[in-house]
Amino acid sequence: MKPSAAPLLEIRGLHIQGQSGEVWQDIVKDINLTLRRSEVLGLIGESGAGKSTLGLAAMGYARAGCRILSGTISFDGLDLIAMPEAEKRRLWGTRIAYVAQSAAASFNPAHRLIDQYKEVPVYHGKSGEAEAERNAHAVFRRLHLPEPERIGLRYPHQVSGGQLQRVMTAMAMACGPDLIVFDEPTTALDVTTQIEVLAAIKELVRNSNMAAIYISHDLAVVAQMADRVMVLRYGRLVEEARTGEMLAHPRQPYTKSLWAVRSLNKSEESGGDVVLSVRGVDAAYSGVVKVLHDVNLEVRRGRTVAVVGESGSGKSTLARVITGLLPPHKGEIVFAGKPLPPALSERPKDMLRRIQMIYQMPDMALNPRRRVRDILGRTLELHRGLSGAARENRIVELLEMIELDAGFLNRLPSELSGGQKQRICIARALAVEPDLIICDEVTSALDQIVAEGILKLLLRLQKELGVSYVYITHDLATVKAIADWIVVMQWGKVVQQGPKGEVLTPPHHPYTELLLSSVPEMRTDWLDRLLNARRVGAQATSA
Amino acid sequence: MNPIVTTVLQRVGLGVLTLLAVSVIIFAMIEMLPGDFASAILGQTATPETVAAFQRSIGLDKPPVTRYFEWIGGVLQGNFGESFSSAGALGGGHAKTVASLIGPRLSNTLFLAGFTALISVPLSLALGLLAALYRNSIFDRTVNLVTLTTISVPEFFVAYILMLILAVKFPIFYSLANVSPDTPFFERVARTALPAISLMLVIVAHMMRMTRAAIINLLASPYIEMAKLKGLAPSSVILRHALPNAWAPIGTVVALNLAYLIVGVVVAEVVFVYPGIGQLMVDSVAARDIPVVQACALLFAMAYILLNLLADIVGIVTNPRLLHPR
Repeated sequence: MKPSAAPLLEIRGLHIQGQSGEVWQDIVKDINLTLRRSEVLGLIGESGAGKSTLGLAAMGYARAGCRILSGTISFDGLDLIAMPEAEKRRLWGTRIAYVAQSAAASFNPAHRLIDQYKEVPVYHGKSGEAEAERNAHAVFRRLHLPEPERIGLRYPHQVSGGQLQRVMTAMAMACGPDLIVFDEPTTALDVTTQIEVLAAIKELVRNSNMAAIYISHDLAVVAQMADRVMVLRYGRLVEEARTGEMLAHPRQPYTKSLWAVRSLNKSEESGGDVVLSVRGVDAAYSGVVKVLHDVNLEVRRGRTVAVVGESGSGKSTLARVITGLLPPHKGEIVFAGKPLPPALSERPKDMLRRIQMIYQMPDMALNPRRRVRDILGRTLELHRGLSGAARENRIVELLEMIELDAGFLNRLPSELSGGQKQRICIARALAVEPDLIICDEVTSALDQIVAEGILKLLLRLQKELGVSYVYITHDLATVKAIADWIVVMQWGKVVQQGPKGEVLTPPHHPYTELLLSSVPEMRTDWLDRLLNARRVGAQATSA
Repeated sequence: MNPIVTTVLQRVGLGVLTLLAVSVIIFAMIEMLPGDFASAILGQTATPETVAAFQRSIGLDKPPVTRYFEWIGGVLQGNFGESFSSAGALGGGHAKTVASLIGPRLSNTLFLAGFTALISVPLSLALGLLAALYRNSIFDRTVNLVTLTTISVPEFFVAYILMLILAVKFPIFYSLANVSPDTPFFERVARTALPAISLMLVIVAHMMRMTRAAIINLLASPYIEMAKLKGLAPSSVILRHALPNAWAPIGTVVALNLAYLIVGVVVAEVVFVYPGIGQLMVDSVAARDIPVVQACALLFAMAYILLNLLADIVGIVTNPRLLHPR
């Protein structure tokens, strides 16, 4: 694939502002971008880096509340800034297409998939209904969707997330565009599902003459897709390089920090008395949908048990069972040597104090109308009976533990960053001096550097206070960073468990193997090699 | 069984139960009203014996529970009983049935409601969609301002103003809407035009604003952005992608307003002297004609429950998750 001379897309000196309240803030500034035909450009950065805004600007589109202040955007010689809306609409869907982050939210729930696919070519007069339908079947087949003739008759909620994302990619291909903007197309998917979507996209891009912009926060994913990568931060360019070069020799420290969590590796420890043991637990929702089958695990003092699995594996349900929110059907939970009553309402207050929980979304776990002082103070009053100066002193002490200072006392959650909010949640859990904290995907919604900070904090607190963690996550890099013991779950069952070193070294259980091999690695040829290896493996088993 | 059918049947069953509960409440409330029909009609000079005899003749001497079951049993067979006041003139005369009193009034009310709804529902949907489409434009602001005004002004005031302008200053319409069962259709339409217009001004405002809000509420959805980025014009985005997901809230507000047209228009009836069911009920309360009051109240409850049931069903059948389960 040799790029042709004239660039397909050329952006010069782009400056975009977004309105937050009354003030306009820079979202994208001083960005120059050149994209040639059949080239794939990766845009990478953390939340708020302006990558989606830039991706949409490449289509000549600005979201409500955004304005393009200056700069030029030229698509195949056409000036997308000066172009009237009606003319841009003739480009969209036909020559420039968009693949959104969450296919589940970006498909209209009211229409069948095939109708949403056909809408593009039919609306733009590129083909008739029947022809569009035949084309759809062909693209669905190319993307290895099951039952390509029938899947289009389904509604979005009837199709799995990975399939939906592939249908969306197919929809973007409907008119054979020159440019596709992929906006985090696999971020909402499990690792094993991510692979099938990545493979489909890669195949499409490789076998057509189109150019693509691939936006992601995960450099390892971008590395599989892009020829060239631009790293963005606060709307500005940090560095730009060929993909291989960027991975081998990142010039900026910021680029290196994008894989911060991967470099953490806690040395595994064992021993300690058993704090919690879950014995033969079965659980079901509304008595019908069985989600846990015979789960056994033990948590020791001052140690971390990581529960790993994909969505639907039952890991969050396990947390609900331990905390008493969902009484189990069968089996028992023993805490500090005594059996725990199954239901929350039957547990004595002191038991409730000793098991705490931290959630994935700190935004939703904090009352938006309460200040930090009240959030922490309320817990101290309730469980520790503290008031007045004693309460105030303890709050400041807690803030120091989580590396914040007394200046945060009067802040509302909306005045905190995502990482700070999660720290407040940690402080609230620590306020009552628990023996066990259940961490449910606590770093999943955070950027890498922030996540690294939270993980380090959790490790430090564990060392100082001897608290135990049950750490629930789908992310194997985080597991490596924090776990002593790993429990792998699939479809409500524990498929493998053991000390970290043992679980992470071969031979693995086949599902553990699948999970581990599905985590994108920082090599440009990781996806190709993996797909090849799996193809060979599949042939070997079928032969 | 299809979950849709189950859900709809559940709702219908709940509606019937609600109606039964309401019938008990209606009966109990009327039981608690001060004063009774016999002493009201016979005057203060009547001896207790005359009152008792009269009460016996119209069945008021029986215990309330018995009377409730007699009433509701009759209603279930389509018999709403006999009006007190027509039986009233002690000497007898022929007792009129409640049904014969309510019948023509109800059909008048339904005619006015249907006439108003036929114009105002499509009108408010169209205005709401256009306002959402041209959000914050002059058109949107004007429509919002006008509808806000018509909601804020009391309806009798709107009615008198309309009468003053459209019947007195410029005699286009009739100022009085006095129709009888043998009024020909077109004259009926002409005579009810003014009450219909004044009701429209009130309910179009509600329905239009809710339609606009329901659509705008959806415009922030990712699938709307996707539709825009497929190159669809704003009108297609709203009609194809927003509207199909907005039927549930729109259906609810339409049902509420239609119910209002049946049960809540007594003011307009009084102003335009229109012989609707609202006036009949008010008159019957004044005359303590209990069977008529009960029947009217039950009909009103039925209208509310039925229309809300319809709105529920619209919400259910336009929800693809229910219509097409996994």
